[in-house]
Amino acid sequence: MGLEEKIPGGIVLTSVEKVVNWSRKSSLWPATFGLACCAIEMMATGAGRYDLARFGMEVFRASPRQADLMIVAGRVSQKMAPVVRQVYDQMPEPKWVIAMGVCASSGGMFNNYAIVQGVDHIVPVDMYLPGCPPRPEMLLDAILKLHDKIMDEPLGVNARRRELPDYAPRELVASSKRYSPEGKRDARVALRKELMQ
Amino acid sequence: MPDTTTTGDGVTDGVMADDVLAGSSEDPYAGARETTEGTVYTVTGGDWDSLVAGLDDDEERIVVNMGPQHPSTHGVLRLVVELEGETVTSARTVIGYLHTGIEKNLEYRNWVQGVTFVTRMDYLSPIFNETGYSLGVEKLLGIEPPPRATTLRVLCMELNRIASHMVALATGGMELGALTAMTNGFRERELVLDALEMVTGLRMNHAYVRPGGVAQDLPPGAEEKIRELLEILPERFAGIDKLLVGNPIWKDRTVDVGHLDVQGCLALGLTGPVLRASGLAWDLRKTDPYCGYEDYEFDVVTSTRGDSYGRFLCRVGELRESLKIIEQALDRLEPGPVMVEDTKIAWPAQLALGADGLGQSLDHVKKIMGTSMEALIHHFKLVTEGFRVPPGQVYTAVESPRGELAFHMVSDGGTRPYRVHVRDPSFTNLQATSAMCEGGMLADAIAAVAGIDPVMGGVDR
Amino acid sequence: MSGPDRSTPGRQVVSGSGPTPGPVAPGPVSPGTAEKRPGQDMFGATRGGDTSGFGGLVKRQPADLSSPRPYGSWFDEAVDALEAAYPQFGDAVTRVVVDRGELTLHVKPERLAEVALVLRDDASLRFEFCSGVSGVDYPSQATRLHAVVHLMSMTYRRRIRLETAVTAEDPHVASITHVYPTADFHERETWDMFGIVFDGHPALTRILMPDDWDGHPQRKDYPLGGVPVEYKGAQIPPPDERRAYA
Repeated sequence: MGLEEKIPGGIVLTSVEKVVNWSRKSSLWPATFGLACCAIEMMATGAGRYDLARFGMEVFRASPRQADLMIVAGRVSQKMAPVVRQVYDQMPEPKWVIAMGVCASSGGMFNNYAIVQGVDHIVPVDMYLPGCPPRPEMLLDAILKLHDKIMDEPLGVNARRRELPDYAPRELVASSKRYSPEGKRDARVALRKELMQ
Repeated sequence: MPDTTTTGDGVTDGVMADDVLAGSSEDPYAGARETTEGTVYTVTGGDWDSLVAGLDDDEERIVVNMGPQHPSTHGVLRLVVELEGETVTSARTVIGYLHTGIEKNLEYRNWVQGVTFVTRMDYLSPIFNETGYSLGVEKLLGIEPPPRATTLRVLCMELNRIASHMVALATGGMELGALTAMTNGFRERELVLDALEMVTGLRMNHAYVRPGGVAQDLPPGAEEKIRELLEILPERFAGIDKLLVGNPIWKDRTVDVGHLDVQGCLALGLTGPVLRASGLAWDLRKTDPYCGYEDYEFDVVTSTRGDSYGRFLCRVGELRESLKIIEQALDRLEPGPVMVEDTKIAWPAQLALGADGLGQSLDHVKKIMGTSMEALIHHFKLVTEGFRVPPGQVYTAVESPRGELAFHMVSDGGTRPYRVHVRDPSFTNLQATSAMCEGGMLADAIAAVAGIDPVMGGVDR
Repeated sequence: MSGPDRSTPGRQVVSGSGPTPGPVAPGPVSPGTAEKRPGQDMFGATRGGDTSGFGGLVKRQPADLSSPRPYGSWFDEAVDALEAAYPQFGDAVTRVVVDRGELTLHVKPERLAEVALVLRDDASLRFEFCSGVSGVDYPSQATRLHAVVHLMSMTYRRRIRLETAVTAEDPHVASITHVYPTADFHERETWDMFGIVFDGHPALTRILMPDDWDGHPQRKDYPLGGVPVEYKGAQIPPPDERRAYA
């Protein structure tokens, strides 16, 4: 993203970072990468009952060039592996990958010649979501945890902050706790404390 | 994003386009290379006019690759389509992108464990996969499941048929751009999935139907829930009628699209709604009944149109027939066991609600751990090896929402299947794509494939 | 052994060489042979198989016999009609097996298309619909690769199975695509998975595996190809290398 090149190095622009990360996570557009049974649950998550549109994600971009998130939903066969990689390469930075389902995370129950044992052999994965298939609520939990992860991404040259000893990304809490009334209050308090520093 | 490749020999290399750009040409987006059929340009971007300007246009064949990753190809199906203008002159399908080796995996698992593998083949109709497999094992064993189990199987199968047809309508609509069809279809499907979750425990890929019967009985409240469905769904189906059946845009997109007459269907081996839409009332539930279907009253929905619209009408009709069958199945339920009596085959044999949830019955545990060594040995052997099936081969077929789903099973007398081949309807139905798409326009190819409703998990297994 | 007593004739337990680990290929019967193969322990049990210490369990393959006449139900008239309509019946059809309510004709590989054509066109047979073509691998036999064709008669509501067997060195079977066009994809899959070449098929290429794949995955000597499953502090081998109790 062009913004990252324009930030002068060494200046920790915390509030700019927060704003940029917030805008990235609020409209994370997934690329259609449904392969097998998990794809149906992914579609069900995007449908009416477990609405993905409330997170700004109902537009599943057909073209990976317009997407930021690749949800690899389903088993990746040997024939499909180069396609996965090509679609990942066609996505512009910043991009994230969720391995949805056990087949994408680790090969699942299909420990054989035809299935790649985990899509992390092919693309770097940010969130592993087990389940066969994971319920739509589980997929939502994974997406919300990914949102939290995105909020912590240091921007541009500040990426070096990751190597500092005091780097402490926020803990990924289960969404049912995180978005409960108590959880939201705690998050608000923590954010305020962080911005006051 | 479809990669456009202009080739002379009809073979596309659209997926690995990057390594073809080695061709020397000034245009970085249109690498050229010489082949026996002339110059081939692989176009991956840039301005179309800048390429075409320099060409002499006597022979121009355009091959479009609608790659395995595509929102409209109904899964990981690759369509290689040769175009002349907007008309499709040749359409071929490339499959295998979801090949999982399930048939080979089954040879390394027990007969009962096979159910969990087989259920993930055609992932939109898992109960049908399980039932076909279990019927095959039961035929090899020579046993009959108890009547309550058979009725529960029919009940779950018809619920699954409704769910599967809803997805067919939803994804078909989505591919043609009717996004409301998608949200409505999935909404109805959620209701059915709630009922299935109550009965089997899972929304999808339930390992519910096992050789010898079903895994567990209906929990309290399930029958009421399903009867509620019988109240709600008819009005929802009426909603589909209002939304799609008379819809002029829907009709424009699907009438006379993907036409295939009865002879064509039979020659290509098509079954299911595709065959019934061309006029032949061939339904395995009527012609080759299994699971007691001969006692249920329902009609076989046909259409004489032979096009995508006809197939769509068949599916909508089958939704209503399935509701009829569900009602009859519910009325037919008598109390009784849901698994075969023979505890050497039944798995799970003696389930009971214990302190920590559903598990082995405490009496059974007391017996095998306390009193009988032989019972412990038999239990151990049954759990680790599974039961033995006498040698032979069988072929059982069920009518899945897509057509004839059949299992050819070979046993060598052991505890593992020797060979299981699944004759999946989508695999055979996809052969019709070329016949249906050639001569039509590119957008009609989508409607034709949506009418066939292939599920790639079943195609590639 | 536990399990329902459904032993069919021909299934016997004979002392001899122990079972091989993994998918058991029915071995030859050698009563009294106590030859020790590498990997066997003192009692003859091999690494992954028999835990009883007896080491003497073999699965004997049922003998290749034809079912005796009368076959029962419609099978007799169907076989007679085929014999009448197809003069080379005696040469082409090697075995007729009736088992579990199903009729199987074992046919010579080069005659498969002719038999299919007669079955389709004869008025009293009318098997117009081909459900599918698939393969089975019996590595213990010389002609290990079997191709199985399932036909259905919609007119008479019947099903029949045709089975041919070829060796792995010369795996040629006559293709039935000109009789049943639906066999196109099915024969491609059987070629892909087993290596059976269908002579006369318009375009016999790989369909499920990538085009440049080596080997035929569903043969019994092709490994399952899994990876060890890792847990914290433990590892479980892939399914084909695990200890098999039967």
